[in-house]
Amino acid sequence: MYPTDLKYTKDHEWVRVSGDQARVGITDYAQKQLGDVVYLELPEVGRTFNKGDVFGTIESVKAVSELYAPVAGEVIQVNSDLTQKPEFVNTDPHGSWMVVLKVSSAGEANELLDAAAYTDLTK
Amino acid sequence: MVEFGGWDMPVEYSGIVQEHLAVRTAGGLFDVSHMGQIEIAGKDALKAVQHITSNDAGKLADMQIQYSALTTPEGTFVDDVLTYRLNGEHFMLVVNASNIMKDFNWIARNIAGIGDAVAVNTSSRYGLIAIQGPVAQHVLQSLTGVDLSAIKYYWFTTGEVANVRVTISRTGYTGEDGFEVFVPPASAERVWDALLAAGRPHGVIPAGLGARDTLRLEAGMRLYGNDMDETTTVVEADLGWIVGWKKDAFLGSDVLKKQKTEGASRKLVGFEMLDRAIGRHGYDVYVDGGKAGVVTSGTQTPFLKKGIGMAYLPADRSAAGTEFEIDIRGRRVKAKVVPMPFYKRGVRS
Repeated sequence: MYPTDLKYTKDHEWVRVSGDQARVGITDYAQKQLGDVVYLELPEVGRTFNKGDVFGTIESVKAVSELYAPVAGEVIQVNSDLTQKPEFVNTDPHGSWMVVLKVSSAGEANELLDAAAYTDLTK
Repeated sequence: MVEFGGWDMPVEYSGIVQEHLAVRTAGGLFDVSHMGQIEIAGKDALKAVQHITSNDAGKLADMQIQYSALTTPEGTFVDDVLTYRLNGEHFMLVVNASNIMKDFNWIARNIAGIGDAVAVNTSSRYGLIAIQGPVAQHVLQSLTGVDLSAIKYYWFTTGEVANVRVTISRTGYTGEDGFEVFVPPASAERVWDALLAAGRPHGVIPAGLGARDTLRLEAGMRLYGNDMDETTTVVEADLGWIVGWKKDAFLGSDVLKKQKTEGASRKLVGFEMLDRAIGRHGYDVYVDGGKAGVVTSGTQTPFLKKGIGMAYLPADRSAAGTEFEIDIRGRRVKAKVVPMPFYKRGVRS
């Protein structure tokens, strides 16, 4: 059920890698755990993060969760439409990207999980 | 599922928002069997209840209910309870799940010197199912011969639901009209299934702890352990209306009367967020730049679609309209004191 053209992290984020860019969102599994999403706090364009850094927070009616950079990089785009309509994370998790990172170390993207490995993780 | 007071409870079935909106617009079914029951009986039962609770149980008629506090000598909360008067020599307190043993021990100890009155923990004898929302009466009526329209808010009766002997109470924790049905545990599942089957066509869905919390908060109802506990008095929790000011002395009455006259230093208020954020339980509150209190409950209300909550503020800064700040994970976010309840149901014909 998890798209095979995406990569995944153990923190339940998905990553769409194209060239030196990584588009990041959270997985269907993550949105189900969170429940109804009501707020999304995202960084400003230009911020840089190391792999594993907190780059934002996502808040549902029942809980607050942090968002972790799946790879190191600089934020080159932020989905401000999504912060206005955060409920899209529930209805279309794999289509609801949050940030685009300019990947600083190409090797890191190769360490992400593929759909099969991620599916195993969520079982 | 989460562990709650020793019970495994569903936080949500189909989603907090969906369940919350169902209760506001149609109906929701809650399994609240975790709630405790402590019965007090004997010729001096009323005297005992009057001594340990803040509200004036002397005003209750048979089969009537009141919201009350089980108080310490300091006027703080051992628990908040519903007092049911079965008759003048038999009362039942409905108490919070996590407090059952504490309450029972407290009650037994504090009524020991009061003539003929004995407390019995009857929690294991009751399952409790709540049906709440605009269609609650219609749905429940289809399963019982009891004339529900004759039961007023905060009154109860006995009868049968789905051929099971039950107690039906017009109470709830949602801000909607509805009923709580006390059932023998062995028959709880049958009553639940019957209510759900009868309710589904009218939009009734099962609702969990998550929606119960957002609904009660919208309705301005306090949650023990969040909004008040053994460190906060009934007056500070702004629940002066559940104190029988004219009745004889009870545990903590001197403290409460003094606070009422002289004013308490802090007060529980309702607030709404002015910025997009949720002030949650335990977050610090700042007034004029200084730390001045704490958020006790907070959520994003699914129905009103804004951040709301309750917080303790200095009493002289607790008036409606007062602006203050909440520290949300290191960021100061603006909020404003507003009157409670946040949501009040309309009059329905």
